[in-house]
Amino acid sequence: MTREKPESNRDQPWLMRTYSGHSSAKASNDLYRTNLAKGQTGLSVAFDLPTQTGYDADHPLAHGEVGKVGVPVGHIGDMETLFDQIPLGKMNTSMTINATAAWLLSLYIAAAERQGVKQSQLQGTTQNDIIKEYLSRGTYIFPPEPSLRLTTDVISYTVNQIPKWNPTNICSYHLQEAGATPEQELAYALSTAIAVLDAIRDSGQISGDAFSNVVGRTSFFVNAGIRFIEECCKMRAFVELWDQLTHERYGVEDAKMRRFRYGVQVNSLGLTEPQPENNVQRIVLEMLGVTLSKRARARAIQLPAWNEALGLPRPWDQQWALRMQQVLAIETDLLEYGDILDGSPIIAAKVEQLIRGAEAEMERVREEGGMIQAIETGYVKRQLVTSHTERMRAIEAGRLKIIGINSFTETAESPLTTGSDSGIMKVDPAAEREQIERLRTFRATRNTSEVEQALLHLKDIAQSGENIMPASIRCAHAGVTTGEWSGVLRNIFGEYRAPTGIDISTSKMAGSDSVANLRERTRKTGEMLGRPLKILVGKPGLDGHSNGAEQIAVKARDVGFEVVYEGIRLTPEQIVKAAEEEGVHLIGLSVLSGSHLELVKDVRNRLEKVGLAEVPVIVGGIVPPEDETNLKAQGIAAVYTPKNSDMNLIMADLVDIIREANGLERYHALH
Amino acid sequence: MLTSSRFPDPDSLAAAVVDKDRPALARALNLLDDKRPEARRRAARLLRLLPQGRLYQSGHLIGLTGPPGAGKSSLTAALITVWRRRGLRVAVLAVDPSSPISGGALLGDRLRMLSGQVDSQVFIRSLACRGEFGGLSAEVWPMSLVMLAAFDIVLVETVGVGQKEIDVSKLTDTTVFVAQPASGDSIQFLKAGIMEVPHLLVVNKADLGSTARKTLAELRATLKPAGNDNDWQVPALSASAARGTGIDELADGIEAHRAWLLQREQLGSRRRRFQAEWLLKRLDEEFGRFGVEALGGFPTLLAELSGSEDSPFELYDQLQQRFLSNWQGGLGGSRFGAKDVGDGE
Ligand code: B12
Ligand SMILES: Nc1nc2c(ncn2[C@@H]2O[C@H](COP(=O)(O)OP(=O)(O)O)[C@@H](O)[C@H]2O)c(=O)[nH]1
Ligand SMILES: [Mg+2]
Repeated sequence: MTREKPESNRDQPWLMRTYSGHSSAKASNDLYRTNLAKGQTGLSVAFDLPTQTGYDADHPLAHGEVGKVGVPVGHIGDMETLFDQIPLGKMNTSMTINATAAWLLSLYIAAAERQGVKQSQLQGTTQNDIIKEYLSRGTYIFPPEPSLRLTTDVISYTVNQIPKWNPTNICSYHLQEAGATPEQELAYALSTAIAVLDAIRDSGQISGDAFSNVVGRTSFFVNAGIRFIEECCKMRAFVELWDQLTHERYGVEDAKMRRFRYGVQVNSLGLTEPQPENNVQRIVLEMLGVTLSKRARARAIQLPAWNEALGLPRPWDQQWALRMQQVLAIETDLLEYGDILDGSPIIAAKVEQLIRGAEAEMERVREEGGMIQAIETGYVKRQLVTSHTERMRAIEAGRLKIIGINSFTETAESPLTTGSDSGIMKVDPAAEREQIERLRTFRATRNTSEVEQALLHLKDIAQSGENIMPASIRCAHAGVTTGEWSGVLRNIFGEYRAPTGIDISTSKMAGSDSVANLRERTRKTGEMLGRPLKILVGKPGLDGHSNGAEQIAVKARDVGFEVVYEGIRLTPEQIVKAAEEEGVHLIGLSVLSGSHLELVKDVRNRLEKVGLAEVPVIVGGIVPPEDETNLKAQGIAAVYTPKNSDMNLIMADLVDIIREANGLERYHALH
Repeated sequence: MLTSSRFPDPDSLAAAVVDKDRPALARALNLLDDKRPEARRRAARLLRLLPQGRLYQSGHLIGLTGPPGAGKSSLTAALITVWRRRGLRVAVLAVDPSSPISGGALLGDRLRMLSGQVDSQVFIRSLACRGEFGGLSAEVWPMSLVMLAAFDIVLVETVGVGQKEIDVSKLTDTTVFVAQPASGDSIQFLKAGIMEVPHLLVVNKADLGSTARKTLAELRATLKPAGNDNDWQVPALSASAARGTGIDELADGIEAHRAWLLQREQLGSRRRRFQAEWLLKRLDEEFGRFGVEALGGFPTLLAELSGSEDSPFELYDQLQQRFLSNWQGGLGGSRFGAKDVGDGE
């Protein structure tokens, strides 16, 4: 028997999305239309890494990455295919796009215009938050200053032309994925908002009274971890702090314009490879954190799937994740009540505590000279790496318990992963070749003089400081490609490498007893081989997942290795040059974007050419079991994936691999 | 336990290094870093085989020092661009601190020196200072010599504040101090005479504007004008690694100091003196003060080592032999016998 409340008394559910895109515009369009048929109410586009970092599919750096983790969109033709039979005048589309946000939005506007839809009717979101790219997400291109200009151009343009567009989604989501505490998430997201809003105010593109619209259109993209009560309080703290900040700093009088509007993707960092079915519980509980409190409820939610730590989700996995949302919104009575946390002194005290912590950290950022400065000096990145390292040490020492990782590790075999596809989606390796063919055909059929004119105009505008959008929309219609648009700006703005943040002090962090033993092993082995053990941690390709590489680098330093790490997005050529010049005992490659087979092969071939074939190479990251077998058959000394969560064991292994490669016996097992 | 086949042959290695063979240079640097007795012997031979003309008369050995974060690595990258444009081949030795607790180190300078285009005429080796006092590891001297045999310019980047600067100026032809705007430390050190006066001062981050200009003015005020024509007039320059401004001028200033040294025929004698001092330090580490005395004492040895026309490494070998045969059996517990040399605790 069920007791029902009439529909009219229930709150509207949030927007339900699935972050997706793969292989090609055509394949992704099929997927979107199926998802919409299943009751999904908005679209959330995942672009592939070349598109996010401004390279055409046939650029050498795009090799192995085309269509892997998202959809490749190289020009207006791809954008039209992506939304074929999806009426853009009615759709609400979220695009996770940052360095190239102005460009992808221009393509979206142009595609809509070709559907006969006026840009003023469009609804949706461009993530367009470059600051967290430097800190966590890694798809930045230009230095902070010109990047911020592009961000503010998109905001100014849409506030004036596309009133229902959310031009920027300031992200704390990615900060938690890089280890941030709730206080850090609050402080850095709000400090980012200050940097962006100040820049817009100072750009002069917005007339005085329209500024409150800018504030009103500013939305957030937030994370929700497993400590869901604290997360719920974090959301309430966000609401309060934002209201206060927009009122006091920007003088926004209209309370509606001061509302904290946010979307969510729940925490994925804590989702495990062992016993992956447990991730379902985690995801559901995390969703509570951002829905329980009506005053601080998410406007849009997208959920990861149970197989998050294994690889890309298949359509069925995404359907399961969507159904979790639907059950909560439709079957439960959650949406029938007002705010159920109002009046709780416990909640109020926790919110207060988070606010105080956040304010103190915001003050630190101010002292650094603001968020941009604090990025450039590496301050914020170091804070994040420190928090993540503390988290890893707590897991290592058993202070932070994770089921299946450091407690209750015994399990029956999961039937979810025994299928012929190992339970994940595989992208057809032909996708890259086909995309390149389509791109070449497209290039051959466009009007070259129009393209050249449009690019010249873009160059002038970029140099002049005028808003970049109109010139970019013109480029979109003319048939300019993603690589060409970015190339013009690369030449003018230059490229950037962000601080790695690994130069932190770990002396106060409690680790486990194994560390002393490990230091002894590293030191002794170094003595036997004549010099301290030196390793290179390399991140080849466009992959921006830096956590693993950073944590391995910090850990390796802590157990006595000399560690060379040059940050993300290196070419195999750059990595091999470093390995050669540095005379390392071991090379560790970290790849989480799925392009490990192509990249590892490239690195090995180049090592051979410079006479370093005998230096052991190991690979870490997201590597499916059959690829692991394949890599080992090629001579890769070891493969580590998220299930190898005990970094002490990894370190002991690295010492042993070096010993074996140099004719010494392995040590006995560490513990 | 390990066969000598694992150690490279110094004769062919030396020839290949002089031929500018990159893998050979890398292996030579590994060998110089290697503390095992067999490696030490081969390293000494390798050094002895390098053409003395190159080691003492040509190339430019430059030290870049200054507080952490002043922009030494960024300036190095900017200088590399200028030098490459001028057709010069550049090697860099970037020294970073070691963790006193674990002995491990994060070697992060390369990151700032990365360029999109891989250039085989640039060679960068990072080195941990391994707890050695002065912030410079003992390997820096021989390593920079080997680099000098294959490259036009060898730049040593070291972290330094206060007294720790001294070391790098005892190794290089030209020492450049990079000052951080708005940090009064360097000025205080200079004034108090704690810091050896470098050959060039540069205030980086000129793009920061007034703070950088103020620091430059303060630094200039601490510099004494050269007493006579024979003194090198230390310039204080301003640059921005981020914007690429002032880099050509910095490169010119560095080159002017080399020309000044050459004109006074000081380049070779300087290097020989540093070489001798380094060898003495090594002897001191290996045999202790007593050992050095037994071999004739510091002043005599210094004169002998820096005056010798032979390779000083040859002489060093001879001194070692002399010492060991003098004390055969008598010094069972010598540090040399008990432990490998240069062992950082
Ligand atoms: C955190 C995270 C992020 C963060 C990254 C933050 C950062 N700076 O690292 C954020 C939110 C930014 C992010 C973004 C994206 N992500 Co993500 N992300 C993850 C997640 C949840 C965890 C990865 C992680 O950091 N784990 C913690 C670290 C410590 O573990 P680790 O890296 O696995 O390292 C361990 C081992 O693998 C090994 N190891 C790894 N490297 C090395 C190196 C050496 C030398 C050694 C010895 C060992 C070793 O040892 C480590 C210790 O145990 C994974 C899923 C998962 N649960 O694994 C997805 C995942 C990797 N992401 C994925 C994707 C697709 C993306 C995006 C590309 C999406 C998009 N289309 O835009 C973006 C863009 C990122 C980019 N620029 O490349 C996919 C990759 C799919 C695939 N390979 O087929 C995954 C698997 C999720 C999924 N199932 O879809 N992500
Ligand atoms: N504003 C500005 N920042 C710079 C400049 N040169 C370097 N930096 C920054 O200063 C920090 C330290 O630079 P780095 O070269 O690593 O310094 P090092 O520790 O002395 O080698 C980095 O964040 C650089 O981006 C410059 O000319 N201007
Ligand atoms: Mg440096």
